[in-house]
Amino acid sequence: MGMTIAEKIIACAAGKTEVHAGDIETVTLDRLMSNDGTTHLTIDMFNNKIKHPRIADTSKLVWIVDHNIPADSPKTAASQKKMRDFAREHGITFYEGEGVCHQVMMENHVRPGELIFGADSHTCAYGALGAFGTGVGCTDYLYAMVTGTSWLLVPETIRFNLTGKLPEGVYARDLILTIIGKISANGANYRAMEFAGEGLHTLTMADRISICNLCVEAGAKTALMEVDDVAMEYLTAHGRTPKATFASDPDAVFAETYDIDLSTIRPIVAKPHFVDNVVPADECLGVKIDEAFLGSCNNGRIEDLRVGAAVIKGKKVAPKVRFLVVPASRSVYKQAMEEGLLDIFMESGAIVMNPNCSVCWGACQGVIGEGETLISTGTRNFKGRAGHKDSFVYLASAATVTASAVAGEIMTADKL
Amino acid sequence: MGRIFKFEKDVDTDQIIASQYLLFPTIEEMKSHTFESLDAEFAENVRPGDFVVADENFGCGSSREQAPSVLKALGVKAVIAKSFARIFYRNSINIGMPVIVSKELHDAVSAGDEMELDLENGTILAGGKTYSCTKLPQKMQDILDQGGLIASLNKED
Repeated sequence: MGMTIAEKIIACAAGKTEVHAGDIETVTLDRLMSNDGTTHLTIDMFNNKIKHPRIADTSKLVWIVDHNIPADSPKTAASQKKMRDFAREHGITFYEGEGVCHQVMMENHVRPGELIFGADSHTCAYGALGAFGTGVGCTDYLYAMVTGTSWLLVPETIRFNLTGKLPEGVYARDLILTIIGKISANGANYRAMEFAGEGLHTLTMADRISICNLCVEAGAKTALMEVDDVAMEYLTAHGRTPKATFASDPDAVFAETYDIDLSTIRPIVAKPHFVDNVVPADECLGVKIDEAFLGSCNNGRIEDLRVGAAVIKGKKVAPKVRFLVVPASRSVYKQAMEEGLLDIFMESGAIVMNPNCSVCWGACQGVIGEGETLISTGTRNFKGRAGHKDSFVYLASAATVTASAVAGEIMTADKL
Repeated sequence: MGRIFKFEKDVDTDQIIASQYLLFPTIEEMKSHTFESLDAEFAENVRPGDFVVADENFGCGSSREQAPSVLKALGVKAVIAKSFARIFYRNSINIGMPVIVSKELHDAVSAGDEMELDLENGTILAGGKTYSCTKLPQKMQDILDQGGLIASLNKED
């Protein structure tokens, strides 16, 4: 019986030749990422609750301060100090101020075929490089950190066969929002979402990360893509080699299959307060905004900044609108500087911030007040996600967000 | 018997405990902010032994374990929903808080009703009617029975 990519990666991590959806397997993790959202609690449990505190393999741990960097309060500073001191004491690979955790992981660590636990729901982004990344809480993380292992229910897979090419002015964000709208916010709960087909080869790595990253918003356990030349080129350019590259067998069993022609996708907006509350962007034109955000692990890469800069070049941010531009990592920031993109944003009146999670997680910077509206390339638009509980978040592509910053209301780039 | 606090579908972890409280040093310091955006009085009103009853996809969104942890710290005995988002579900078992799937209960009860949970037999008694709950996979039941994943690890060691 054939296997899916998810089944093959779990089989490999379980030391077996074959596993199938529904099996519960004990697996050895290849990598364990944690950020400042929960690590202080992990450390407290490590120090106070574990009978024999130990780390199975320190070299597999990557800790990243990205959610609230630089610290915004004495409480945050204390939590981050705890993380910094522990990492230093135990020799754990540690990043601070280098970028959003998933971007840092993609640039520096993720390898095809790996099984990775991340104490962050958007860990499914690693599927862009053919790795099984899944989000866990700090107790799961701690267990894996101490023992090097965990247990996993092998997920069923929903397969997306991509054909065609995205039209000019339509982006990966529009595609994944369309898919989430189609299958709903729990349409992939407990399942893997796998992307393959000719259309996949037309997508850049930035597109692929954006797609896989958002799959958790459909409830997915992980997202996976076949590793092709585009992925291998990215991997090689970043000085790494695969652990293994997998594609689903022709006789693999999928729970559902969708055929998606990329050329049919149009600009999309997710309206408050659910990611699956999607409509064609045209239906939101004219909604007044107070803030626009271009950044996050979903859309803070150099490709996104280029799109935004092309839209706003020679134009100004609308009066009374704050436009936050937040590169996803230090290397993206530097490249944007070298390409002159930051100059374009600064000239337009945008506020350019250091690489971090920013307003996407609603507690670092740029939070919005009561009754305010944000249009964002962030990951979520839940009620209160970006600040006050009575505020509104719309999600859209880098192009739509930037065009809206200029117009002061929701606007697509082609109509600006 | 415990009282029912009722919630609708797609309650996300930001609404259970908002981002701005996650970096507070301890769960004890966070718990008074539980469900702040949905029910500002929840943390004051809930008493140990009470229940949260919800519609589909409870706990969707982020992997923050603080979400089930603040509910447990406030004494919530169990969450019963039509379905759960997977990370919240797994986190709850890991910290030893029962999460129970019941397709019927949510639509049959009102906020403030009383209910009783019989974990061993997998049944709920509410309004004179008995509801059966979906069984956990044995692996997860074992973790829950031992009081959570850390207790289970300490037992292995």
